[in-house]
Amino acid sequence: MSVEVTVTVNGEYHSAVVDTRQTLADFLRQELGLTGTHLGCEHGVCGSCTVLVDGASARSCLMLAAQATGTEITTIEGLAVDGELNELQQAMRDNHGFQCGFCTPGFMMTATELLRENPYPSEAEVREAISGNICRCTGYQSIVNGIMQAAELIHE
Amino acid sequence: MLGYPPRPPEMKPPLFDYRSPSSLDEALTLRSEYSDDSAVLAGGQSLMPMLNLRLARPEVLIDLGRVAELAGIRELDGGVSLGAMTRQRSAERSDLIRARAPLVQQALAHVGHPTIRNRGTVGGSLAHADPAAELPAVCLALDAEFVARSAGGERKIAADDFYMGFMTTALAPDELLVEVRIPAAAGTLGTAFVEIARRHGDFALVGVAAALALDGESVITDARLALTGVAGLPVRAREAEASLRGASAGAAAFAAAADLVAAELEPRTDAHATGDYRRRVASVLARRALAEAMP
Repeated sequence: MSVEVTVTVNGEYHSAVVDTRQTLADFLRQELGLTGTHLGCEHGVCGSCTVLVDGASARSCLMLAAQATGTEITTIEGLAVDGELNELQQAMRDNHGFQCGFCTPGFMMTATELLRENPYPSEAEVREAISGNICRCTGYQSIVNGIMQAAELIHE
Repeated sequence: MLGYPPRPPEMKPPLFDYRSPSSLDEALTLRSEYSDDSAVLAGGQSLMPMLNLRLARPEVLIDLGRVAELAGIRELDGGVSLGAMTRQRSAERSDLIRARAPLVQQALAHVGHPTIRNRGTVGGSLAHADPAAELPAVCLALDAEFVARSAGGERKIAADDFYMGFMTTALAPDELLVEVRIPAAAGTLGTAFVEIARRHGDFALVGVAAALALDGESVITDARLALTGVAGLPVRAREAEASLRGASAGAAAFAAAADLVAAELEPRTDAHATGDYRRRVASVLARRALAEAMP
């Protein structure tokens, strides 16, 4: 059983016929080759697969590709501007917030939403925002520091 | 070329047909046609994990995401009505709900994480009926009314009658939950939601929704205590509530009510906590919730 999906991903329009049961995460990775979106638990616990759907963070393993029709998706590949790291990417890098890198795309997309909605977050608000993202390197402090510094960079 | 044949795309969920109706009528027709063989996809934050783990194997998935008429928050006779497809995040940010039913927002802060609430819906959580979910307890505490519709018509179900057992509701297989109505409070109702979970955002081990109304100075005229995580379904602590009505609001009355909460519950032991632990926590949380709910 198949279904047509028409979706804009990182500003690029895509139309494809996919299996009805294909998740958005698998669609991004397997059909579009956007393997920056990582899959960890595949049942909505770890947050690795977080993308933005019409600007709001969502777990792409908990959405079907079919549900994404008509939406605008932003993935980790959509953050850099003309090949240059954006403020969040730069700040995370400067604070060693990437570590092994597996959970990174999910944290980055969650933080992108946070900084758009709350440009001056407190550390407590940062921690609340990323509470649904799990880092197995356990280096949360460097991730929090990176997001806090990104907020400052964006205002400069 | 590598010496392997190309791999087929990987698929986590089982096979199903996918329907995406654009009107409620169309959705109800599908529901009556496929009944028990269909599953209803609202926000997907519970159903999608069940599909990915193949715990759910529906023949047809009916996605309500395009039924615009099911989403929305509106004023209703001094109370508030929430369409079943209202995203939890919208309810969390609604000024109307903050004014009319702040308990909904107090509870939503404990539901998953912001990303989950972006997609998760009010109706989805209520109809899924997880025994540790927060919103069912809120609806019990506020005497909410559930509106169910089928192709044959509409009926209203009191929150007390909606939850029937472990993940079992009064909804028939051809019905959809379309709306939940929270009535206006008589007088000023103070509310609070407190819970204990292993990690912030996890399912509650125990959660308590409390609502208190006072007459003049400090006499309690109405008290509600609804608990989640302590039985197969959300429950009201009726004896504790009765002890509070007419009592003078304060530490003594709240402690007495907390003792009754412990006495009237019989939580089960499971992998997450023992029954005794849950009973003790329920009692302590009831006391805290009542103190916090003081209007």
